[in-house]
Amino acid sequence: MSEERKIRVVIAKPGLDGHDRGAKVVARALRDAGMEVIYTGLRQTPEQIVETAIQEDVDAIGLSILSGAHEYYFSKVIELLKERGAEDIIVFGGGVIPPEDVPRLLEIGAKAIFGPGTPTSQTVEWLKKAVEEKRRKESSVS
Amino acid sequence: MFDPERLKAIEAEKEKWDQRVQKSLQKAPERKEHFTTGSGIPVERVYLPNHVKDLDYMRDLGMPGEYPFTRGVQNTMYRGRFWTMRQYAGFATAEESNRRYRYLLEQGQTGLSVAFDLPTQIGYDSDHPMARGEVGKVGVAIDSLKDMEILFDGIPLDKVSTSMTINAPAAILWAMYIAVAEKQGVKPEELSGTIQNDILKEYIARGTYIFPPKPSMRLITDIFEFGSQHVPKWNTISISGYHIREAGSTAVQEVAFTLADAIAYVEAAIKKGLDPNVFGERLSFFFNAHNDFLEEIAKFRAARRLWAKIMKERFKVTNPRAMMLRFHTQTGGSTLTAQQPENNIIRVTIQALAAVLGGTQSLHTNSYDEALCLPTEESVRIALRTQQIIAYESGVTETIDPLAGSYYIEWLTNEIERQAEEYIRKIDEMGGMLVAIEKGYVQQEIQDSAYQYQKKVENGEAVVVGVNKFQIKEENVNRKILKVDPAVEELQRKKLKELKEQRDNLRVKAVLEDLRKAAMDESVNLMPYFIEAVKAYATEGEICGVLREVFGEYVENVVL
Repeated sequence: MSEERKIRVVIAKPGLDGHDRGAKVVARALRDAGMEVIYTGLRQTPEQIVETAIQEDVDAIGLSILSGAHEYYFSKVIELLKERGAEDIIVFGGGVIPPEDVPRLLEIGAKAIFGPGTPTSQTVEWLKKAVEEKRRKESSVS
Repeated sequence: MFDPERLKAIEAEKEKWDQRVQKSLQKAPERKEHFTTGSGIPVERVYLPNHVKDLDYMRDLGMPGEYPFTRGVQNTMYRGRFWTMRQYAGFATAEESNRRYRYLLEQGQTGLSVAFDLPTQIGYDSDHPMARGEVGKVGVAIDSLKDMEILFDGIPLDKVSTSMTINAPAAILWAMYIAVAEKQGVKPEELSGTIQNDILKEYIARGTYIFPPKPSMRLITDIFEFGSQHVPKWNTISISGYHIREAGSTAVQEVAFTLADAIAYVEAAIKKGLDPNVFGERLSFFFNAHNDFLEEIAKFRAARRLWAKIMKERFKVTNPRAMMLRFHTQTGGSTLTAQQPENNIIRVTIQALAAVLGGTQSLHTNSYDEALCLPTEESVRIALRTQQIIAYESGVTETIDPLAGSYYIEWLTNEIERQAEEYIRKIDEMGGMLVAIEKGYVQQEIQDSAYQYQKKVENGEAVVVGVNKFQIKEENVNRKILKVDPAVEELQRKKLKELKEQRDNLRVKAVLEDLRKAAMDESVNLMPYFIEAVKAYATEGEICGVLREVFGEYVENVVL
């Protein structure tokens, strides 16, 4: 059948938040785990993030937000993905997000939020499973 | 300082002791194979006079308040006056933040520290598209002088010193502060405070840049010049290592990159024709107080000595006041855990104590809930009490630099200085800090350290209590935390609309045009133009808009 395609991920910093240590560490960990990672750098608009994700034909988008603007950016990105017919792209993220805000983000359509202290191995494992499941669904549909 | 005969005798004894230790190790090994400081410097089992055999007291330590300032920048230090207790604060609107400032002053803090929201830090008004979702979240939203007036309402600017964490648009916020003071009847020469104004670390580690390096350095040196002439009690820059450390650097890198940034600023100012003996007096610094207690104390001492040497030997400064590394410290935010947050109170205490034993001039202690949100009144009060208990109850303030003479502390101070100097030499060879940043060298070094540390945490080599060891099953998720009302954004938009209706728009147009012309001429000091513009109630966004047009915008050098 088709050969195993590498997992492709965009790691993005939406908005004005300049704290990129976590995003870079996660990006590197994903890369070390064999995934192809596009790290966008700072000051990304939701439009730019979604455009990059579609152009790069990624499986997932990881958003890093430490500025408290998480609800806004997650919902914008997910909304735009829907508009562009790309809602199969998995959206996940992390940053400074109080636990009480997580259910809302999941409601909006984020698939997982990895808070402070999450080992990167956890994110890697989760992403592998999530993409595997996504691809299984896609191939069963086709 | 030590008798060579005695040192030889000690060395001989040490060798015999080592053999006895080997026997102990056979019965019970040490906890690990390699011991290092938090930053990776190998640490020996015990330190002896031999480790610091070349220590020359007057050359390497000197007296407090005197070159090379290893022991502190004042000759009475905390016996004269405690460090300024200065809690970084601000959120939502100017009204709310003003309330928080008054609360903190009532609770005994001794200086103000303003946190601005991201749109303000990046020169956007609250109604700008890039400001969506961000207004008032990480600090106070300041769109115009009107907001600034509310922010300092009831706070006498001739009596209180204020630090403002603002970088790319620092000149504009400073202009607003000066204008507010004027309205209070306070002259610029009476004003005391600091603006962070450190763009290089924004490119490296913090991200709130606006303009490219060249015009940014022009703004910074304009500020140095204006300060020397008109606001002599003001620290015109706070050259920062805090954020570099937070981005994941080691203690050595924190010192090295901060001082390398400082060198770049001094060079730029000298090139502009300013005298380092003059502006040098008003440079200040900002460091992190991280976990490794003893390493941090040594770090502060090393930084002081190294900076003094740089100003004296490299820049030929003769004014001792311009050789002094005066600094503010903040306890390391990145060390705080979301898990079992009360543990953070203990972390902050240890970190704050290190800053005090390291001789800081000013201190911010983090609140225990800050891994999750901005501090509540209750949590910031505990943070402030931490400082007050150290100051009034611990006894460490009764004598200056009490850890001097410790073999380990002096050895580590030397080692950190030595390694930092190596980095600075490397950066010099590259062509200086601006080139090093452009090449991505600094960013790569920091990131590599960050990644290495993360690996250590994940393999258990670095323990984070409550996170990878001593976890609890059920974390309490029902804590009362601070939430910024999303209505703030709408409120600020309304205020802006009203402001633009009420002000003299012809005057605004005129001052912005004057500013634009002045900005295009590198030889013009822009501070007076900013003061005129803010007084006319031009908004921060409008002023920065003009500068964006003239200077362009910085494009990040993405280094992964």
